[in-house]
Amino acid sequence: MSLLEILPLLWFGVIGLGVFMYVLLDGFVLGIGILSGVAHGEHERDVMMNSVAPIWDGNETWLVLGGTALLAAFPPAYTVLLPALYLPLSLMLIALIFRGVAFEFRFKAERKLGWNLAFNLGSIVAAFCQGVTLGAIVQGINADGAQYVGGAFDWLSGFTLLTGLALVAGYALLGATWVVMKTSGMLQQRAFGWSRVLLSAVIVFMALVSLYVPFLDGDYAQRWFGFPHMLLMAPFPIATVAVSYFLYRSVARRHEYWPFLLSLGMFAVGYGGLAASFWPHIIPPNLTIWNAASPPETQIFLGVGLAILLPFILFYTGWSYWVFRGKVTRDMGYH
Amino acid sequence: MLANPEILSRIQFAFVISFHILFPAFTIGLASWLAMCEGLYRFTQRDVFRRLYQFWVKIFAVSFGMGVVSGIVMSFQFGTNWSVFAEATAPVLGPLFSYEVLTAFFLEATFLGIMLFGWEKVGPKLHFAATATVAIGTMLSAFWILSANSWMQTPTGFELRDGIFYPIDWWKIVFNPSFPYRLVHMVLAAYLTTAFVILGVGAWYRLKGMANEDSRVMLVMGVAFVSIVAPLQIVAGDFHGLNTLEHQPAKIAALEAHWDTEKGAALALFAWPDSTAETNHFEIAVPHLGSLILTHAWNGTLVGLKDFPVNERPPVAPIFFSFRIMVGIGILMLIAGMIGLWLAWRRRLFDTPWYHRYLVAMIPSGFIAVLAGWITTEMGRQPYTVYGLMRTSESVSPVAAPSVLATLITFVIVYGIVFGAGLYYILRIIRSGPGQAPEPAAPATYATPARPLSYPDEPTGEQR
Repeated sequence: MSLLEILPLLWFGVIGLGVFMYVLLDGFVLGIGILSGVAHGEHERDVMMNSVAPIWDGNETWLVLGGTALLAAFPPAYTVLLPALYLPLSLMLIALIFRGVAFEFRFKAERKLGWNLAFNLGSIVAAFCQGVTLGAIVQGINADGAQYVGGAFDWLSGFTLLTGLALVAGYALLGATWVVMKTSGMLQQRAFGWSRVLLSAVIVFMALVSLYVPFLDGDYAQRWFGFPHMLLMAPFPIATVAVSYFLYRSVARRHEYWPFLLSLGMFAVGYGGLAASFWPHIIPPNLTIWNAASPPETQIFLGVGLAILLPFILFYTGWSYWVFRGKVTRDMGYH
Repeated sequence: MLANPEILSRIQFAFVISFHILFPAFTIGLASWLAMCEGLYRFTQRDVFRRLYQFWVKIFAVSFGMGVVSGIVMSFQFGTNWSVFAEATAPVLGPLFSYEVLTAFFLEATFLGIMLFGWEKVGPKLHFAATATVAIGTMLSAFWILSANSWMQTPTGFELRDGIFYPIDWWKIVFNPSFPYRLVHMVLAAYLTTAFVILGVGAWYRLKGMANEDSRVMLVMGVAFVSIVAPLQIVAGDFHGLNTLEHQPAKIAALEAHWDTEKGAALALFAWPDSTAETNHFEIAVPHLGSLILTHAWNGTLVGLKDFPVNERPPVAPIFFSFRIMVGIGILMLIAGMIGLWLAWRRRLFDTPWYHRYLVAMIPSGFIAVLAGWITTEMGRQPYTVYGLMRTSESVSPVAAPSVLATLITFVIVYGIVFGAGLYYILRIIRSGPGQAPEPAAPATYATPARPLSYPDEPTGEQR
């Protein structure tokens, strides 16, 4: 393989990792926002928000990395995706603004209701819009070269609404199992309850999405049900069933750490399955990782820096999680 | 206008970036100020520095939060509204933006968490290191984003093939001709912005008779800083202007409302530029001063706007005025520093109410100057996004006008709410003043009723 073939592969891995880190890390923060709507009283909301107060900002940064790295490594993917999803992405940004400032403002306000709503609705809308975006990529975005050709609402379909709802449920599951891990007492017991309900919801959504995908345009049906592709794809549904089972069992047995770790595993399997479905496309049907790659000079220049800086970032991010490890106590975070 | 996606996208970009820049302009300086306060506290053990740190860190947290959320919007604007520009420039600009995320954003976000919530979780040295790291992060962020902006103003190190900018020489791209000047000018501007907020707040406490010791420290340190940096900024601005004259003469001609090429050109102090008639009305000008400032020669030649085709000229009146607002504020800052030095020499710095009122009035000066400066440089490089090579009209996304109108209106409303609330909370923190609480005892117990260590966390109003 030549350099020109290897570079886009590496970059596909990097962007995949960046987006995956974002989905996992902001996923549980957004999940906490989604669940803050059903929390009992201001004290529970305080504890839930404090469990992520020191780290949410770093988590959200992975979204910015995903965006800028996509621009650098696969410019056409960036320039097609963003105009095609102009309205849902703008709505997501607005929602993230409200979610983000709610952290600072809520703890200062005497009347918290407004910022409670901003945190709750901001998280729900941001999660939903991200799910819609994911669905829109799977169903395909028409491009002429590096520019979007289509209308303002081409993304809107039954499928994208379904993936939107699915991601809200998925993030809420991450949030619920995070609360199980980081809290104790009544709140933790309630979080176990949320986890059980949300796990069922996520399984239903994953089944519905999986049933829907083969009916979309493209070669999804061929890939999932044709021979011999089916053998290559088979590990994903099998792993999903296995992870779901263990997750269900760990919640039932009141494990504290396993539910969160297995929820992360559930996302990993789902994410892998999706990536395998449209490989080697980055935005189906027109853009592949080969024809969307930026010039090697660009990919190398950024790649060298990334190889040096990413280990540092992962290290100090891990360190900050270590500093704020353990159950949330009164003396942690905002109070 | 409402049906033109280009105009709407330009208004939207101008709006969201103007709103955004207010926060970095403030937090770049504030992060350094916090690092200095904490460093002085660790070194001298004087409680006033701890109080100052813990007071300003609350304001920092609110401002930084608003900077983060408005900054995320910026990283999407290139794609949502300027996708043709993004396609053409991504091979060059994409890595610069990505390096900003990798070297600055992660650093700032992660260590901000330690800074705000780790006072008792990590040791004093590590906490100071976290504060210093956030300050360094703000600088690195300024480095990359100003490099990217400067490349758009003075593009070098690339090859244009089929409308795409291919990188050839990364050193030339990052350190493009206008970058060093713009970086120095902007970082000094950010420092001055913060310094005048700190000075103004200190002066206000003097007028109110609050926070005696804290306000003295703010005034002394503020005056010392401003009296050095305000003159430096004027020198830096002069160099930046000369650099602009070399690379973007049309911008200089427009911001001076200078129509005809001439030797020994005058400097218009005031005028009403008229682009249709290609002349100035009501002009008050100082002979030869224009040439003297821009060419450093009594009879130097200045190129006028009429030497540029009409479709390559920037709008004249807006940048003529924005430039004068920026320079005028620079002079007011210089005067504030000089008066402060003189009062300090006469030992009357703490007891001169008229000077304190002047400083209170100067609180917004840095923000206004930063906005005016950016309006000058950004409108001044029109009609291009990549100077001389890619027009703004050729850069816009294939997005329908109603979509852009909808998001523009939404951004205006949302930013109004968020900015209003943020400003309200910051003013409340300032009104309540630096706390007088002692250093918290080491072991934090569950029963501690309200931590003396107050971050932007506790209600700051009458409830306390």
